[in-house]
Formats: sequence, structure tokens, C-alpha cells
Amino acid sequence: MKVSVVRNVLEANERLAQELKEVFAQRGILALNLMSSPGAGKTSLLERTLADLRDEFKMAVIEGDLQTDNDARRVAATGAQAVQINTEGGCHLNASMILEALKQIDMEGLDILFIENVGNLVCPAEFDVGEDYKVTLLSVTEGDDKPEKYPLMFNLSAASVLNKTDLLPYVDFSMESAMKHMRALNKDIEIFPTSCRTREGLDAWYGWLRGKRAEKKK
Amino acid sequence: MHEMSIAQSILDIVAQEMEKNGLKRLIRVKVKHGALTNTVPEALETCFMALTAKTPMEDAIFEIEAIPAKYKCFSCGTEFTTEEHGRLLIPCPSCGEDFGHTVLAGKELYIESIEAE
Ligand SMILES: Nc1nc2c(ncn2[C@@H]2O[C@H](COP(=O)(O)OP(=O)(O)O)[C@@H](O)[C@H]2O)c(=O)[nH]1
Ligand SMILES: [Mg+2]
Ligand SMILES: [Zn+2]
Repeated sequence: MKVSVVRNVLEANERLAQELKEVFAQRGILALNLMSSPGAGKTSLLERTLADLRDEFKMAVIEGDLQTDNDARRVAATGAQAVQINTEGGCHLNASMILEALKQIDMEGLDILFIENVGNLVCPAEFDVGEDYKVTLLSVTEGDDKPEKYPLMFNLSAASVLNKTDLLPYVDFSMESAMKHMRALNKDIEIFPTSCRTREGLDAWYGWLRGKRAEKKK
Repeated sequence: MHEMSIAQSILDIVAQEMEKNGLKRLIRVKVKHGALTNTVPEALETCFMALTAKTPMEDAIFEIEAIPAKYKCFSCGTEFTTEEHGRLLIPCPSCGEDFGHTVLAGKELYIESIEAE
């Protein structure tokens, strides 16, 4: 017997992601899914953001990592709530992990929830974790051909942070070419060149966060 | 790789559909796979085989049908497909534009049908 199924393979994850979206919508929380290769600067960007906007927003972080809880400790040092998820080798976070982690977060009055995904430019793109927006980081030490090599990630992201601009003099990285490729993949993408070290460009990123926060607020 | 968790999701759905239809032995599962998804079809099949080994689904055929990427040109609106795998920066065949196309197809990943008895 042949049975017509026509069911999305990832439907179970998408159902849970939908539940998460409802929770975030009810409470007016802006949820962001941060993705990049390992070492591009996700945790560094969070450390800066959490410290600099501390008086403006109540923020929390869910940290996805293969094994350690170093990142959660780093961001907790800013005073923000941080929950670590160890994926035990899993290459991406999924919605059920986030639902679980949320139990440990006090969502009362929360403005922004950052989800730092596992360092990987491939797998996390496929799994919705209930976020309002995906944000992809790319550091200038990785090469300007990354957007073309990992198109789905950039196509799905509302914003991209081009980090470590302080290292531009030392690497062979064309900002122009990286930005052109990102825009070709996604004409609406917002691009923020930043240096978490020198703080260059962070204000534009904060401006974007404020705007998105205001849109989401009830 | 995340193919293992995707293969597991496929198995879960297949098991549900079989139970719903009172079927016991899986003969074939047919999956539609978009060229722009970040999954490797061969890896999916390998994972499916690994998960079903020594189970009643062991002999099932895992069939993947590719859905090519389809775009609508940002400049002239021409719709076109390409066999080029996993790329988004494709020049439009009628005007050459490679910027900002809309993806019409290629991100799908779904189970189309199963055959079982
Ligand atoms: N020079 C420079 N180094 C940075 C910058 N941002 C992060 N790093 C360094 O890059 C390394 C990885 O950063 P981390 O935030 O842990 O990356 P993650 O794996 O994406 O979370 C750390 O040693 C950071 O100090 C930057 O803007 N400039
Ligand atoms: Mg980190
Ligand atoms: Zn065209």
C-alpha cells in the first residue's frame, strides 16, 4: 500500500519552535539566534552588548556549546542571566533544548533573549529555535568567500556582523567583496562591521537591537 | 553532522504514518530533498540505514528525489532553475544579474510518501 505523507521532515522541531514564538510574543521578548563558525566572536559580542546595554534592557543568554560552560561563565560575568546547554557533540541547538533551558530563565520583564548557537556555519541554519531573527557573525580572519560557501546561513539571516575589523590590516579580506556577496544572497540583510576589541561599529549594532526591541515590545 | 537527527525525524514520521494506517512492513520511503538545504543526501541515506539496521525497517528502500533550486531574478523577474548545487549567487540566464534573487524552491525537505504493507 502506498501512503501519501507530505510531511515536513523537521515538523516536530517546527512545532516546538512555534510554541517558543508564542511564549516570546506573549511576553514581548525579542529572541535572536546568533550563529557563526567557532571563534568568530559571538561570545565577545554578547559580553560587550550585555555590559553596554545593561541599564537599558533586561537581557538573558542561552549558550550552546559542545562541552564546556566557559561561554556561560563569560557572559554571566556581565550580570546577565546565562544558561548553558551542552549538546554533547550535537552540532546545532534545536527548539526542544531551548524550551528546556527556558525553565531556568526568569522571563519576567525580559527584553532580549540571545541564543548563542553551536559554532558551525552549516547545521544550525536548518533548525528554528523560535527566534525572531537569525544573526550570522563572520570574522575577517575567516576569508571573504564564506558567504558564498555557506549561502543558506546568510540568506536566512536578518543581520550579519562582520567582526574583528581591527585585524583588517593583517589579513587578506575584502570588506567590499564580503558585503557584496552577502547582499547578493539576501538583498535585505543588515551588515554591521564591528570590532569587539576596539568597540568600533558596536553603536550601529546597538541601534539595530534597539529598533528590533521597540518593534517587538507590546 | 546533523543528518543523524534528521534521519531520526524521518523515522519518527514514518513510524507514525505506519501505525495510523495499520501497516507493519516498510518497503519504501520517498523523500523530497531541496538542493539548497544544508543536508547531504548520501549522508541522510547512510544515517537512515544505520538507524534501521536490525529493525523491521531494515529492508526498506530509501529514495531521495532532488528538487532543484529555483529562483526569480531580482532585476527582470525571470524564473529559472539551476543544477548547480547549493549556490545562491547564480547569474540570471536572461539578464545576467546575480544579485538578490528570490528563492522559489530548493529549501524543501519532506517525506512525500511511503510504501508499506
Ligand atoms: N582581534 C579581535 N579579536 C576578537 C574580536 N572579537 C573576538 N575576538 C577574539 O576571538 C576569539 C574567539 O571569540 P569568541 O567570542 O569566544 O568566539 P565565539 O566562538 O564565536 O563565541 C577570542 O580570543 C576573542 O578574544 C575582535 O573584534 N578583534
Ligand atoms: Mg562562544
Ligand atoms: Zn534577470
